[in-house]
Amino acid sequence: MTTPTTPGVATPGVPTPATGRSLGLLVCMRCRATVRAIGVEQSLCPRCEAPLYVRRPHSFSTTAALLITAALLYIPANFLPVMRTHEIFSDDDDTILSGVISLAHQGSYPIALLVFFASIVVPLLKLVALGEILLAIARGRVRNPRQRSRLFRMVEFVGRWSMLDVFALSLLASLVQIQSLAIVQVRPGAFAFAGVVVLTMLAAQSFDERLLWDAETRG
Amino acid sequence: MPDRRRARVPYVWILPAIVVIAGAFVAVHEKLAEGVPIEITFHTADDLEPNKTKISYKAVEIGQVKDIRVSKDRKDVIVEARIHREAGDYLVQDTRFWVVRPHVTGANISGLGTLVSGAYIGVDVGHSSVPAHSFTGLEVPPIVTSGQPGREYVLHAKDIGSLSIGSAVYYRHIAAGQVVAYSLDPRGDGVTVKVFINSPYDQFVTHDTRFWQASGIDMSIDSEGVKLHTESLDSILEGGVAFQPIKGAQASPESPEDSSFVLYSDQERAMREPDTVAQTFVMYFQGSLRGLAVGAPVDLRGINIGEVKRLSVEYDRDAGMLRFPVEVDIFPQRIHGRPRTDRGAGTADDSDTGGHAMIDSMVAHGMRAELKTGSLLTGQKFVSVNVEKRVSPERVEWNADPPIFPTAEGGLDEIQDSIGSVAKKLDAVPFDQLSARLMATLTTLQDTLKSTDQVMHQVNGSIAPQVTATLKEAEDAMKNAKEALSSEAPLQSDLGSTLLELSHAARSVSALADYLERHPEALVRGKPKDPK
Repeated sequence: MTTPTTPGVATPGVPTPATGRSLGLLVCMRCRATVRAIGVEQSLCPRCEAPLYVRRPHSFSTTAALLITAALLYIPANFLPVMRTHEIFSDDDDTILSGVISLAHQGSYPIALLVFFASIVVPLLKLVALGEILLAIARGRVRNPRQRSRLFRMVEFVGRWSMLDVFALSLLASLVQIQSLAIVQVRPGAFAFAGVVVLTMLAAQSFDERLLWDAETRG
Repeated sequence: MPDRRRARVPYVWILPAIVVIAGAFVAVHEKLAEGVPIEITFHTADDLEPNKTKISYKAVEIGQVKDIRVSKDRKDVIVEARIHREAGDYLVQDTRFWVVRPHVTGANISGLGTLVSGAYIGVDVGHSSVPAHSFTGLEVPPIVTSGQPGREYVLHAKDIGSLSIGSAVYYRHIAAGQVVAYSLDPRGDGVTVKVFINSPYDQFVTHDTRFWQASGIDMSIDSEGVKLHTESLDSILEGGVAFQPIKGAQASPESPEDSSFVLYSDQERAMREPDTVAQTFVMYFQGSLRGLAVGAPVDLRGINIGEVKRLSVEYDRDAGMLRFPVEVDIFPQRIHGRPRTDRGAGTADDSDTGGHAMIDSMVAHGMRAELKTGSLLTGQKFVSVNVEKRVSPERVEWNADPPIFPTAEGGLDEIQDSIGSVAKKLDAVPFDQLSARLMATLTTLQDTLKSTDQVMHQVNGSIAPQVTATLKEAEDAMKNAKEALSSEAPLQSDLGSTLLELSHAARSVSALADYLERHPEALVRGKPKDPK
């Protein structure tokens, strides 16, 4: 790793951590090269030619838009059926919640609990957590940035497991196609649900965590 | 540059906008697809399930049951359903709904598919133009749906027999329709059966058409043998109705929808001339009425011209005795024996007055009613109207109500009478005189026998001894003959020795002849000497 030599500008004895911005330095988010900022807000990383920026541009706005979309989709994802099971004697539409309930009725409590957390609690938690963070930033006062940061990272980590449902469903739908005996069909709720998962992930990705600390320093 | 970047901001915001618009679109679409809400009342929600049971018209889904609840009076269930918007104009006042379930009868299995798929609600769209959103469901699926070409007719019968809804209606053994409904008449004295005759068979229903029950097996035993009559295998199991024009019917216009007909109990009765005019008579019979039942035939030389209507007992105050009036209905038109060509009150009246004159003249010729035994085995009796030769002249008492018809003794009574008359004749025989004469005859006979005895005595005394002597002589003669012929008699032994010698002589001659044959020279030279 060849780093362009930067003069040591850290001022010892200062209680607050030095930020790149305060030092006139930029970090390339792709190759982590630290570049001296030359006044212009956007330029290309001299090493990997990725765009360089002090803060991800429009991070707040993009995250907010994605989050609102995800929140909107969360409604049909939970109220519309995700799956239709054609059997000889019946024709059942299942929503996520009804699936969880029927799993619990069958006695598979661990699986029911897992699905309940992965598919209902986690997306909701993600929406709430991200929403709360964004709101705090918008207000300009972040009270407990370290805790929030930990929450955000946890949400980002757990979030991908929500896709489990979608994968399981796509597997079922493609495998269980015994004509006239049993057919599993994907219903619109599943698309909404997949949308929620993908959009929250994208929202988390587009969120520039440093905005938290900016707010703190400002506050 | 910053302006350009700032301008990019709304692009991401397209996403929530799209979702909102899509959501709104879906919501509106769902709302539209939800369809028209209707309510159907059923007696029971058996086999119906909210959000599952479908409503189908001609097997095409046009709606779904959304909710089921019990009515406020707890007598019925109210099924709330949504009908697709495009089928909204099906919802008129006379549209009918019913639950299709598996249905198995003797000759028919339907709705088997519902065993697997679950019941569904069937629809028959009505013709009315008045829209409706609340319906009363049928408990029994309708046999005939409104689109089917044909006509409905009303039949009146005394009882339903073995008919049921769905029983076939036959025209010349072709299944031409079905029984669609039946109900008890309000007064409870009959049933009304509705039948639907499919096109084109409905054109054969005219006012000369007769309907009869073609249920089961009709077996009759008569002088022609055993006759077994059935309409079809289905009708044996399920019952049925058959119709056909009466014999000699002329072409007449088709009967309009909902015309009424009588449903006869069998073909014979249906094809019989209708007895529109019945003349009631009272008959007083002398003998016992045991074996005579209401409905017993009134028979005119084997032809049924009426039936017994009522049997009763009445007390005749004037005569101070019981009388047993038998009321009978006589159908004068049957005596006419002329096929009616049309119906109507006018002809009936004519034949009625004609009936009076006719009956009067027949009674004047000696026509009387009698009780006769139809079957000696069961003792069933019937009223026989017959022309008797030696009867005192009588008249029908038309003034009485009902008129009194003269009767004559008959049947077993007749037999009893003849036995009585035989006894009377026996009574008339002069048995006293007969026995006196017999006594005289017997005395004479005794005298005769006595003289015969005397004659026999004379014979014994004078003729018999002579006969004895003769017999003795004959016996002597016979004894002599016997002695002469016995083996020890001399004549016998002499004859024996003579015959023996004759035999020896014959043998010698035979030996000589033999010798001479072998040695004929001995005749000349003599017998040569013994070579010894």
